[in-house]
Amino acid sequence: MHIPDGFINAGTSLAAGGVAVGGLGAAVKKTASDMEDKQVPLAGLVAAFIFAVQMLNFPVAGGTSGHLLGGVLAAVLVGPWAGAICVSVVLLVQALFADGGLTALGLNILNMALVTSLGGYVLFLGLRRVLPTTKASIVAASGIIAALSVPASALVFTLEYALGGNGSASVTTVGAAMIGVHLLIGIGEGLITAATVGAVLNVRPDLVHGAAGLIAPLELRTAPATGR
Amino acid sequence: MKENAKIFIVAGLLLAIGLALFVSPFASGSPDGLNRVAIDEGFDKSAKGHALDDSPFAGYAVKGIDNERVSKGISGLIGVLLTFGIGLAMFGALRSFRARAHPRPVEGQP
Repeated sequence: MHIPDGFINAGTSLAAGGVAVGGLGAAVKKTASDMEDKQVPLAGLVAAFIFAVQMLNFPVAGGTSGHLLGGVLAAVLVGPWAGAICVSVVLLVQALFADGGLTALGLNILNMALVTSLGGYVLFLGLRRVLPTTKASIVAASGIIAALSVPASALVFTLEYALGGNGSASVTTVGAAMIGVHLLIGIGEGLITAATVGAVLNVRPDLVHGAAGLIAPLELRTAPATGR
Repeated sequence: MKENAKIFIVAGLLLAIGLALFVSPFASGSPDGLNRVAIDEGFDKSAKGHALDDSPFAGYAVKGIDNERVSKGISGLIGVLLTFGIGLAMFGALRSFRARAHPRPVEGQP
Protein backbone atom coordinates (compact mmCIF):
# COMPACT_ATOMS: atom_id res chain seq x y z
CA MET A 1 0.00 0.00 0.00
CA HIS A 2 3.05 2.27 0.14
CA ILE A 3 2.87 4.75 -2.73
CA PRO A 4 6.27 5.24 -4.39
CA ASP A 5 7.37 8.57 -5.86
CA GLY A 6 5.84 9.19 -9.27
CA PHE A 7 2.46 7.42 -9.05
CA ILE A 8 0.68 10.62 -8.04
CA ASN A 9 1.64 14.05 -9.40
CA ALA A 10 3.45 16.72 -7.40
CA GLY A 11 0.42 18.97 -6.85
CA THR A 12 -1.73 16.23 -5.36
CA SER A 13 1.19 14.92 -3.30
CA LEU A 14 1.79 18.41 -1.96
CA ALA A 15 -1.89 18.86 -1.09
CA ALA A 16 -1.89 15.50 0.71
CA GLY A 17 1.29 16.63 2.49
CA GLY A 18 -0.62 19.66 3.73
CA VAL A 19 -3.47 17.49 5.02
CA ALA A 20 -0.94 15.17 6.67
CA VAL A 21 0.82 18.06 8.43
CA GLY A 22 -2.52 19.44 9.61
CA GLY A 23 -3.72 16.04 10.84
CA LEU A 24 -0.47 15.20 12.58
CA GLY A 25 -0.36 18.68 14.13
CA ALA A 26 -3.76 18.05 15.68
CA ALA A 27 -2.60 14.57 16.75
CA VAL A 28 0.49 16.02 18.45
CA LYS A 29 -1.63 18.57 20.29
CA LYS A 30 -4.20 16.01 21.46
CA THR A 31 -1.54 13.50 22.46
CA ALA A 32 0.47 16.07 24.39
CA SER A 33 -2.62 17.02 26.40
CA ASP A 34 -4.20 13.58 26.87
CA MET A 35 -1.48 10.96 26.97
CA GLU A 36 -0.81 9.34 30.32
CA ASP A 37 2.69 8.42 31.48
CA LYS A 38 1.98 4.71 31.38
CA GLN A 39 0.99 4.97 27.70
CA VAL A 40 4.39 6.28 26.55
CA PRO A 41 6.22 2.94 26.43
CA LEU A 42 3.07 1.25 25.11
CA ALA A 43 2.86 3.73 22.22
CA GLY A 44 6.51 3.05 21.37
CA LEU A 45 5.81 -0.67 21.48
CA VAL A 46 2.73 -0.32 19.25
CA ALA A 47 4.81 1.51 16.63
CA ALA A 48 7.58 -1.12 16.79
CA PHE A 49 5.06 -3.98 16.62
CA ILE A 50 3.35 -2.46 13.57
CA PHE A 51 6.72 -2.02 11.87
CA ALA A 52 7.46 -5.72 12.41
CA VAL A 53 4.05 -6.98 11.31
CA GLN A 54 4.02 -4.72 8.22
CA MET A 55 7.00 -6.78 7.04
CA LEU A 56 4.94 -9.96 7.15
CA ASN A 57 3.33 -9.94 3.72
CA PHE A 58 0.76 -12.69 3.44
CA PRO A 59 -0.36 -14.09 0.08
CA VAL A 60 -3.81 -13.19 -1.25
CA ALA A 61 -5.21 -13.96 -4.70
CA GLY A 62 -2.83 -14.93 -7.53
CA GLY A 63 0.69 -13.58 -7.10
CA THR A 64 -0.40 -10.74 -4.85
CA SER A 65 0.37 -10.13 -1.21
CA GLY A 66 -0.94 -7.87 1.48
CA HIS A 67 0.29 -6.65 4.84
CA LEU A 68 -1.10 -5.07 7.97
CA LEU A 69 -1.66 -1.30 7.90
CA GLY A 70 -2.16 -1.18 11.66
CA GLY A 71 -4.05 2.11 11.97
CA VAL A 72 -7.12 0.65 13.65
CA LEU A 73 -4.97 -1.60 15.85
CA ALA A 74 -2.95 1.39 17.03
CA ALA A 75 -6.09 3.49 17.58
CA VAL A 76 -7.79 0.82 19.70
CA LEU A 77 -4.64 0.27 21.79
CA VAL A 78 -3.42 3.84 22.38
CA GLY A 79 -6.22 6.06 21.06
CA PRO A 80 -6.77 7.51 17.59
CA TRP A 81 -4.45 10.51 17.84
CA ALA A 82 -1.47 8.68 19.33
CA GLY A 83 -2.30 5.81 16.96
CA ALA A 84 -1.96 8.08 13.92
CA ILE A 85 1.44 9.20 15.23
CA CYS A 86 2.52 5.57 15.75
CA VAL A 87 1.78 4.63 12.14
CA SER A 88 3.45 7.85 10.91
CA VAL A 89 6.63 6.96 12.82
CA VAL A 90 6.52 3.55 11.12
CA LEU A 91 6.15 5.20 7.69
CA LEU A 92 9.05 7.54 8.45
CA VAL A 93 11.37 4.68 9.43
CA GLN A 94 10.27 2.71 6.37
CA ALA A 95 11.56 5.55 4.19
CA LEU A 96 15.06 4.56 5.36
CA PHE A 97 14.38 1.19 3.80
CA ALA A 98 13.30 2.95 0.57
CA ASP A 99 9.71 1.76 1.13
CA GLY A 100 7.17 4.44 0.18
CA GLY A 101 8.36 7.54 -1.66
CA LEU A 102 9.62 10.63 0.14
CA THR A 103 7.44 12.98 -1.93
CA ALA A 104 4.60 10.50 -1.35
CA LEU A 105 5.06 10.53 2.44
CA GLY A 106 2.10 12.89 2.87
CA LEU A 107 -0.11 10.64 0.72
CA ASN A 108 0.99 7.58 2.66
CA ILE A 109 0.44 9.24 6.05
CA LEU A 110 -3.00 10.35 4.91
CA ASN A 111 -3.99 6.91 3.56
CA MET A 112 -2.38 4.61 6.10
CA ALA A 113 -2.23 6.64 9.32
CA LEU A 114 -4.97 9.29 9.34
CA VAL A 115 -7.77 7.56 7.42
CA THR A 116 -7.33 4.28 9.29
CA SER A 117 -6.64 5.58 12.82
CA LEU A 118 -8.94 8.60 12.99
CA GLY A 119 -11.67 7.46 10.60
CA GLY A 120 -11.45 3.89 11.84
CA TYR A 121 -11.73 4.87 15.49
CA VAL A 122 -14.93 6.84 14.91
CA LEU A 123 -16.48 3.77 13.28
CA PHE A 124 -15.08 1.53 16.04
CA LEU A 125 -16.79 3.65 18.71
CA GLY A 126 -20.04 3.55 16.73
CA LEU A 127 -19.94 -0.22 16.43
CA ARG A 128 -18.93 -0.62 20.09
CA ARG A 129 -21.99 1.32 21.12
CA VAL A 130 -24.43 -1.08 19.45
CA LEU A 131 -22.67 -4.19 20.74
CA PRO A 132 -22.88 -5.55 24.29
CA THR A 133 -20.26 -4.22 26.71
CA THR A 134 -17.96 -7.22 26.70
CA LYS A 135 -14.38 -8.05 25.83
CA ALA A 136 -15.62 -10.09 22.88
CA SER A 137 -17.38 -7.00 21.49
CA ILE A 138 -14.18 -4.96 21.65
CA VAL A 139 -12.30 -7.71 19.82
CA ALA A 140 -15.04 -8.12 17.20
CA ALA A 141 -15.45 -4.38 16.63
CA SER A 142 -11.66 -3.96 16.28
CA GLY A 143 -11.46 -6.76 13.74
CA ILE A 144 -14.45 -5.67 11.66
CA ILE A 145 -13.43 -2.01 11.49
CA ALA A 146 -9.80 -2.94 10.78
CA ALA A 147 -11.00 -5.13 7.89
CA LEU A 148 -13.02 -2.20 6.50
CA SER A 149 -10.18 0.29 6.99
CA VAL A 150 -8.12 -1.37 4.23
CA PRO A 151 -10.62 -0.91 1.36
CA ALA A 152 -11.33 2.57 2.81
CA SER A 153 -7.66 3.37 2.45
CA ALA A 154 -7.76 1.96 -1.10
CA LEU A 155 -10.73 4.22 -1.84
CA VAL A 156 -8.77 7.28 -0.70
CA PHE A 157 -5.88 6.18 -2.93
CA THR A 158 -8.38 6.02 -5.80
CA LEU A 159 -9.43 9.62 -5.09
CA GLU A 160 -5.78 10.66 -5.18
CA TYR A 161 -5.34 8.78 -8.45
CA ALA A 162 -8.41 10.60 -9.81
CA LEU A 163 -6.92 13.96 -8.80
CA GLY A 164 -3.38 13.40 -9.98
CA GLY A 165 -2.59 9.84 -11.00
CA ASN A 166 0.23 9.41 -13.50
CA GLY A 167 -1.39 6.59 -15.43
CA SER A 168 -3.61 6.05 -18.44
CA ALA A 169 -6.00 3.54 -16.81
CA SER A 170 -9.41 4.98 -15.97
CA VAL A 171 -10.29 5.91 -12.40
CA THR A 172 -13.13 3.38 -12.30
CA THR A 173 -10.84 0.55 -13.43
CA VAL A 174 -8.17 1.43 -10.89
CA GLY A 175 -10.77 1.99 -8.17
CA ALA A 176 -12.51 -1.34 -8.76
CA ALA A 177 -9.19 -3.22 -8.81
CA MET A 178 -7.88 -1.41 -5.71
CA ILE A 179 -11.01 -1.94 -3.64
CA GLY A 180 -11.39 -5.54 -4.82
CA VAL A 181 -7.92 -6.68 -3.81
CA HIS A 182 -7.96 -4.65 -0.59
CA LEU A 183 -11.22 -6.23 0.53
CA LEU A 184 -9.24 -9.49 0.55
CA ILE A 185 -6.23 -7.96 2.30
CA GLY A 186 -8.66 -6.46 4.80
CA ILE A 187 -9.57 -9.95 6.00
CA GLY A 188 -5.95 -10.42 7.09
CA GLU A 189 -5.94 -6.96 8.69
CA GLY A 190 -9.10 -7.83 10.62
CA LEU A 191 -7.77 -11.16 11.86
CA ILE A 192 -4.40 -9.77 12.97
CA THR A 193 -6.05 -6.78 14.66
CA ALA A 194 -8.64 -8.90 16.48
CA ALA A 195 -6.00 -11.41 17.63
CA THR A 196 -3.68 -8.68 18.92
CA VAL A 197 -6.41 -6.68 20.67
CA GLY A 198 -7.73 -9.93 22.18
CA ALA A 199 -4.28 -10.89 23.47
CA VAL A 200 -3.64 -7.49 25.07
CA LEU A 201 -7.17 -7.45 26.56
CA ASN A 202 -6.43 -10.78 28.21
CA VAL A 203 -3.22 -9.75 29.91
CA ARG A 204 -3.52 -5.98 30.35
CA PRO A 205 -7.07 -4.75 29.68
CA ASP A 206 -6.18 -1.47 31.35
CA LEU A 207 -3.77 -0.74 28.49
CA VAL A 208 -6.44 -0.93 25.80
CA HIS A 209 -7.67 2.60 25.10
CA GLY A 210 -10.67 1.37 23.14
CA ALA A 211 -11.81 -0.76 26.10
CA ALA A 212 -12.18 2.24 28.43
CA GLY A 213 -15.48 1.89 30.25
CA LEU A 214 -15.30 -1.87 29.98
CA ILE A 215 -12.81 -2.03 32.82
CA ALA A 216 -14.32 0.82 34.83
CA PRO A 217 -15.89 -1.55 37.41
CA LEU A 218 -12.41 -2.79 38.27
CA GLU A 219 -11.55 0.61 39.63
CA LEU A 220 -14.03 0.11 42.47
CA ARG A 221 -11.88 -2.65 43.94
CA THR A 222 -9.52 -1.85 46.74
CA ALA A 223 -6.04 -1.93 45.34
CA PRO A 224 -3.44 -3.75 47.40
CA ALA A 225 -0.72 -1.42 48.62
CA THR A 226 2.19 -1.68 46.25
CA GLY A 227 5.47 0.16 46.24
CA ARG A 228 6.12 2.07 43.04
CA MET B 1 6.33 2.00 35.74
CA LYS B 2 4.87 -0.98 37.53
CA GLU B 3 6.79 -4.22 37.28
CA ASN B 4 4.27 -6.19 35.22
CA ALA B 5 3.83 -3.26 32.84
CA LYS B 6 7.58 -3.41 32.25
CA ILE B 7 7.37 -7.14 31.62
CA PHE B 8 4.54 -6.53 29.15
CA ILE B 9 6.55 -3.98 27.18
CA VAL B 10 9.68 -6.15 27.13
CA ALA B 11 7.69 -9.23 26.08
CA GLY B 12 5.93 -7.24 23.34
CA LEU B 13 9.21 -5.87 22.08
CA LEU B 14 10.76 -9.35 22.03
CA LEU B 15 7.76 -10.59 20.04
CA ALA B 16 8.16 -7.75 17.51
CA ILE B 17 11.89 -8.47 17.24
CA GLY B 18 11.23 -12.18 16.80
CA LEU B 19 8.69 -11.52 14.02
CA ALA B 20 10.97 -9.09 12.19
CA LEU B 21 14.12 -11.18 12.62
CA PHE B 22 12.87 -14.72 12.12
CA VAL B 23 9.47 -14.57 10.38
CA SER B 24 9.78 -11.66 7.92
CA PRO B 25 12.44 -13.47 5.81
CA PHE B 26 9.75 -16.04 5.01
CA ALA B 27 6.98 -13.53 4.20
CA SER B 28 5.45 -13.44 0.72
CA GLY B 29 7.62 -11.62 -1.80
CA SER B 30 4.75 -11.03 -4.23
CA PRO B 31 3.82 -7.43 -5.07
CA ASP B 32 1.32 -6.01 -2.56
CA GLY B 33 -2.21 -4.94 -3.50
CA LEU B 34 -1.27 -1.46 -4.75
CA ASN B 35 1.75 -2.71 -6.72
CA ARG B 36 -0.33 -5.51 -8.26
CA VAL B 37 -2.95 -2.99 -9.44
CA ALA B 38 -0.20 -0.67 -10.72
CA ILE B 39 1.34 -3.52 -12.74
CA ASP B 40 -2.02 -4.75 -14.06
CA GLU B 41 -3.22 -1.27 -14.99
CA GLY B 42 0.14 -0.16 -16.39
CA PHE B 43 0.99 2.73 -14.08
CA ASP B 44 3.83 0.89 -12.30
CA LYS B 45 6.17 2.44 -14.89
CA SER B 46 5.44 5.92 -13.54
CA ALA B 47 7.24 5.00 -10.27
CA LYS B 48 10.48 6.89 -9.85
CA GLY B 49 13.52 5.59 -8.04
CA HIS B 50 13.55 6.22 -4.29
CA ALA B 51 15.78 9.02 -3.04
CA LEU B 52 17.17 6.59 -0.47
CA ASP B 53 17.72 3.66 -2.84
CA ASP B 54 21.39 3.93 -1.94
CA SER B 55 20.70 3.78 1.78
CA PRO B 56 22.53 0.85 3.39
CA PHE B 57 19.11 -0.59 4.28
CA ALA B 58 17.23 0.00 1.00
CA GLY B 59 14.68 -2.68 0.19
CA TYR B 60 14.80 -4.24 3.69
CA ALA B 61 18.29 -5.59 3.17
CA VAL B 62 21.57 -4.73 4.83
CA LYS B 63 24.40 -3.85 2.50
CA GLY B 64 27.22 -6.35 2.82
CA ILE B 65 25.10 -9.29 3.99
CA ASP B 66 24.66 -11.55 1.00
CA ASN B 67 22.30 -14.14 2.46
CA GLU B 68 18.90 -12.65 1.55
CA ARG B 69 17.05 -14.06 4.54
CA VAL B 70 19.66 -13.04 7.09
CA SER B 71 19.86 -9.63 5.45
CA LYS B 72 16.11 -9.07 5.60
CA GLY B 73 15.87 -10.34 9.17
CA ILE B 74 18.59 -8.02 10.39
CA SER B 75 17.10 -5.06 8.53
CA GLY B 76 13.84 -5.88 10.31
CA LEU B 77 15.56 -5.98 13.69
CA ILE B 78 17.14 -2.58 13.02
CA GLY B 79 13.77 -1.20 11.90
CA VAL B 80 11.95 -2.44 15.00
CA LEU B 81 14.56 -1.01 17.37
CA LEU B 82 14.66 2.29 15.47
CA THR B 83 10.86 2.57 15.46
CA PHE B 84 10.67 1.78 19.17
CA GLY B 85 13.41 4.32 19.94
CA ILE B 86 11.91 7.10 17.84
CA GLY B 87 8.42 6.32 19.17
CA LEU B 88 9.57 6.42 22.81
CA ALA B 89 11.52 9.64 22.26
CA MET B 90 8.62 11.31 20.45
CA PHE B 91 5.86 10.30 22.86
CA GLY B 92 8.12 10.98 25.83
CA ALA B 93 8.78 14.47 24.50
CA LEU B 94 5.06 15.11 23.92
CA ARG B 95 4.30 13.95 27.43
CA SER B 96 6.96 16.19 28.95
CA PHE B 97 5.68 19.26 27.07
CA ARG B 98 2.38 18.78 28.84
CA ALA B 99 4.08 18.13 32.17
CA ARG B 100 5.83 21.47 31.87
CA ALA B 101 2.79 23.38 30.67
CA HIS B 102 0.34 21.90 33.20
CA PRO B 103 2.15 20.40 36.19
CA ARG B 104 0.13 17.51 37.58
CA PRO B 105 -1.52 17.99 40.95
CA VAL B 106 0.02 15.98 43.75
CA GLU B 107 -1.47 12.48 43.73
CA GLY B 108 -4.37 12.00 46.07
CA GLN B 109 -5.53 15.61 45.79
CA PRO B 110 -8.43 16.54 43.54
